[in-house]
Amino acid sequence: MNSGQPAGAAIEMSGLTRDFGDFRAVDGLNLSIGQGELFSILGPNGAGKTTTIKMLCCLLRPTSGTATIMGYDIGREPLAVKKVIDVSPQETAIAEHLNAWENLSLMAGLHGFGRKETKARSEELVDMMALSDRANERVKKYSGGMKRRLSIAMALVSNPEVLFLDEPTIGLDPQSRRGMWEHIAGLKGGTTIVLTTHYLEEADALADRVAVIDTGKVLALGTPDELKGRVSGGHVTVIEAQDFTDEAFAALSQIYPSVRSVDGGVEIEAEDVSLYDVQDVLRPLGVVVQSTYRKQVTLDDVFLDLTGKEIRQ
Amino acid sequence: MRSKELARRNLLEVWRDPVALGLTIGLPVIMLIVLQGFGGVDAFFTATNLAPGIALFGFVMLMFSAAMTLSRDRESALFSRLLTTPLHSNDFATAYSLPYLGVAIVQAIALFAIGGLFGLEINGNVGLVVLILVIMAIQYIAFGMIMGSLFTFKQVPFAYMVILLLTIFGGAWMDLNAIGGVFQTVGDAFPFAHAIYAIRDVMVDGADFGAVAGDLTWVVGYTVVIAGLAVLSFRRRMLE
Repeated sequence: MNSGQPAGAAIEMSGLTRDFGDFRAVDGLNLSIGQGELFSILGPNGAGKTTTIKMLCCLLRPTSGTATIMGYDIGREPLAVKKVIDVSPQETAIAEHLNAWENLSLMAGLHGFGRKETKARSEELVDMMALSDRANERVKKYSGGMKRRLSIAMALVSNPEVLFLDEPTIGLDPQSRRGMWEHIAGLKGGTTIVLTTHYLEEADALADRVAVIDTGKVLALGTPDELKGRVSGGHVTVIEAQDFTDEAFAALSQIYPSVRSVDGGVEIEAEDVSLYDVQDVLRPLGVVVQSTYRKQVTLDDVFLDLTGKEIRQ
Repeated sequence: MRSKELARRNLLEVWRDPVALGLTIGLPVIMLIVLQGFGGVDAFFTATNLAPGIALFGFVMLMFSAAMTLSRDRESALFSRLLTTPLHSNDFATAYSLPYLGVAIVQAIALFAIGGLFGLEINGNVGLVVLILVIMAIQYIAFGMIMGSLFTFKQVPFAYMVILLLTIFGGAWMDLNAIGGVFQTVGDAFPFAHAIYAIRDVMVDGADFGAVAGDLTWVVGYTVVIAGLAVLSFRRRMLE
């Protein structure tokens, strides 16, 4: 497995392993994440994503192996590691009796920020997360989406060199999720971001590189396009047509061996599909082609291809 | 000091929780007002005799609040987040104890000030009374830290009941010397009775430091041991 070795690594994992009794949650991860990279760890529930993040944030000790963050060893230099990271946990992590300003000020203070710097940063984040109208209210009165946005803002307030976002959009409605993607995309380049998700479209939309993991192991690593390009059957053209007969299906199969029947037409799996040839075959048989399009390969297909199962199982 | 922000948050947790505030500051004051009303029935029930025991009762409520906050936090995502910040375990211990000491001082001032309206008198050294109260406040907060570190949110109330009963039967609302027997033997084995004896002696009889040194030794000794155990249990939990 090529673990990828970008120049100027912010995070280096070397044989990172964590057992819980007889269960191996993370199994010898060897990954290198570059500075300023948005790296996504993609996998289903129980794949080992959160356990990996917890080890990197010094919340869990590895059973074996180690990792460095900005050159600091997670086992030997946890305080130094904690000075350069911040994390948005999977669960909403806020102080319910405080308002938004106070929550942000709490995190900024813990990272050693002064009052002036905290104020400026908090104002920026409250605005960015669309919390301005209710920033003075105690957050226990907020909706779930607002709490989630504040929880993420609290991870950003310290302007960390390395930011861990553990399932940041879980529980958000689609509109809020899209908004959050924009916020995360806005951070790309300056901050090294490790994003765990089981939303394939999230990794696809945001990540520079993706590690697909399952049962604690890396199954594939690369850019979203690289991963999609590796999928067998990655070149699929869909022909939508009315009155598709068995005769027409057989005629198409003569030219393209990998044809399968789908609802409302057929799918042809081939590197190059000539629409003229398709028309020439189907027209004499009375089949009218309504539309044709190249099917987009998603990371869902990648995961299915790698594991034989759907990611949301 | 990084722990300052967390201490502030913990203070606000008590200050903005009407139930916690009512139990820690309001209830002791109400108890003093009600119980001193029985003064006509029993000569023991005067504001001066009652105030030391009720002050400790107030600290028990504060201990409960501290233990519940720590225990609840420990099981929360917020605490996981806090553990990823560059705070040392000593910073955590400070942030979870100092705010409660501040509340304890406000609590005692409120109790003694209201008591003054009902005839409470301090015949001895006020500073000595304050010293004993502060030491006991530290001890109760340390008990709270131990409970919050070791027990779950659901277990804390049971541990709290033990300390509450020991405080009450340690002479908070009764004169152990008059009762004697097993009650006095058990009560004298714990620091609560000694703290109450010492404060009463100073307030009622105007006793000086030398006169209460014996009881103070019990109070200080227990406080050192309990505070040490609190730091150890807190650190152990943090390392886990």
